[in-house]
Amino acid sequence: MARRSDTIKPLFIQGPSITTRLVALVILSTLMMSLDHRQNHLEGIRSTLSLLVYPLQYFVNLPVAASRWLGDSFSSRETLQTENARLKLQQTLYKGKLLKLQSLKAENMRLRELLQSSKKVSERVLIGELLAVDLEPLTRQIVINKGSYHEAYLGQPLMDTEGAMGQIVHLGPFSSTAMLITDANHAIPVQVNRNGLRAIALGTGAPDKLDIPYLPISADIDEGDLLTTSGLGGRFPPGYPVAMVTEVRKDPTLPYAIITAMPTAQLEQAREVLLVWPSQYLNQINIADEDITGKNKGNPGSNTPGSGDQPADKDTAASSSP
Amino acid sequence: MTSNIARHHGGATILLSFVFALLLQMFALPDWAESFRPDWVALVLVYWCIALPERVGVGVGWLAGLILDVANGALLGQNALTLAVVAYLALRLHQRIRLFPMWQQSVSVLLLITLHLMLVLWIKGAVGQSAETWAYWLPALTSMLAWPLVYIVLRGLRRAYRVR
Repeated sequence: MARRSDTIKPLFIQGPSITTRLVALVILSTLMMSLDHRQNHLEGIRSTLSLLVYPLQYFVNLPVAASRWLGDSFSSRETLQTENARLKLQQTLYKGKLLKLQSLKAENMRLRELLQSSKKVSERVLIGELLAVDLEPLTRQIVINKGSYHEAYLGQPLMDTEGAMGQIVHLGPFSSTAMLITDANHAIPVQVNRNGLRAIALGTGAPDKLDIPYLPISADIDEGDLLTTSGLGGRFPPGYPVAMVTEVRKDPTLPYAIITAMPTAQLEQAREVLLVWPSQYLNQINIADEDITGKNKGNPGSNTPGSGDQPADKDTAASSSP
Repeated sequence: MTSNIARHHGGATILLSFVFALLLQMFALPDWAESFRPDWVALVLVYWCIALPERVGVGVGWLAGLILDVANGALLGQNALTLAVVAYLALRLHQRIRLFPMWQQSVSVLLLITLHLMLVLWIKGAVGQSAETWAYWLPALTSMLAWPLVYIVLRGLRRAYRVR
């Protein structure tokens, strides 16, 4: 057989071709990077490759998921009882608030109809779980276990129970990557809840700091002000809390005030995220949205009849209309 | 044809070593430990380039980098480019690096990974994302320290599974 030829290893295996190959690949990757940067032309390739990467992400997440599961199964009766009591209390409180919400929502709709600016306030929501996967250093990104299969879409806003978290930047079939609002490349249009003053909150790359630039020193903004999404960018639905102003420095020698804020969402601790389908998006793709209770009373703008056939229903989905 | 098949043996081992490196690269670490993470994929790539230059080369480096880009959420092509360059240099120098004693090999690895990090930094600078700290360069040092381990483990695997 050809055994003999194996034992003698060829000395000059590559020849001059590896330099050519390198040059070709460098040109190719430069091309890819320029296409990928800003224009997102390569999302198809990325999403296909992410199908390969997803099993790895799943595998890496396993130990963490297992330890959580173990922690849950072996937590003592006492802890469970206290937690249960706390949750029950919380639920009563929330239910009380929700009671009011229904009437407020109806009132809001009536007023809007009077103003002839009827807009839907309802959104569809799906709960996604974070995968414990480390991404590039220097960026603030997370991986979640929902993708285009779950009807997530590129640019979709993510919330947690406390406020806005970020948006999806790379969409895969079963998982996607989201950029947090603290990423240095992220900006989110906000308004001061107290007086409606509009601003932009820029991520800084630090885990708990946002910058609010370009507000004049005369602007009516103070420490402790709540910033909510203004909905002006068209990505985030309006009215969700984003950050709390922590520092306002008004130096008369500078043209703008130096304002920093702290995100209200638990960006570094969250295990679950809420994927939100804003109402205008629901209109576009004509997905029926539904209420927390599955009924659509007091929600004249929604078109609920066909809501039972949503794929999200099978999942850990909770639909709501905040 | 037959000789070609007979000569190429143990491709699965190479593939699995890359998969394992990717897992180590993605494994969630606490924040303080994250910047100490060695560049596992680059280390495995350098090893195979030195050990089997006729099988693993620029193309494999590029592909591994591309997968890493997707896994990392980085700019598509960023690690692909830099790992292709690392593979190229490792191929060019493989006959020299093979003969080096371990500490000298580690120093070569330090240089290769530093180059890799520098290229990545350039690319990031070009697209306007560089929150620069000294911790950015730590992976080069930890990769140098991890090299003997990678070398011994992969050499053991290569001999055990007769990867050629």
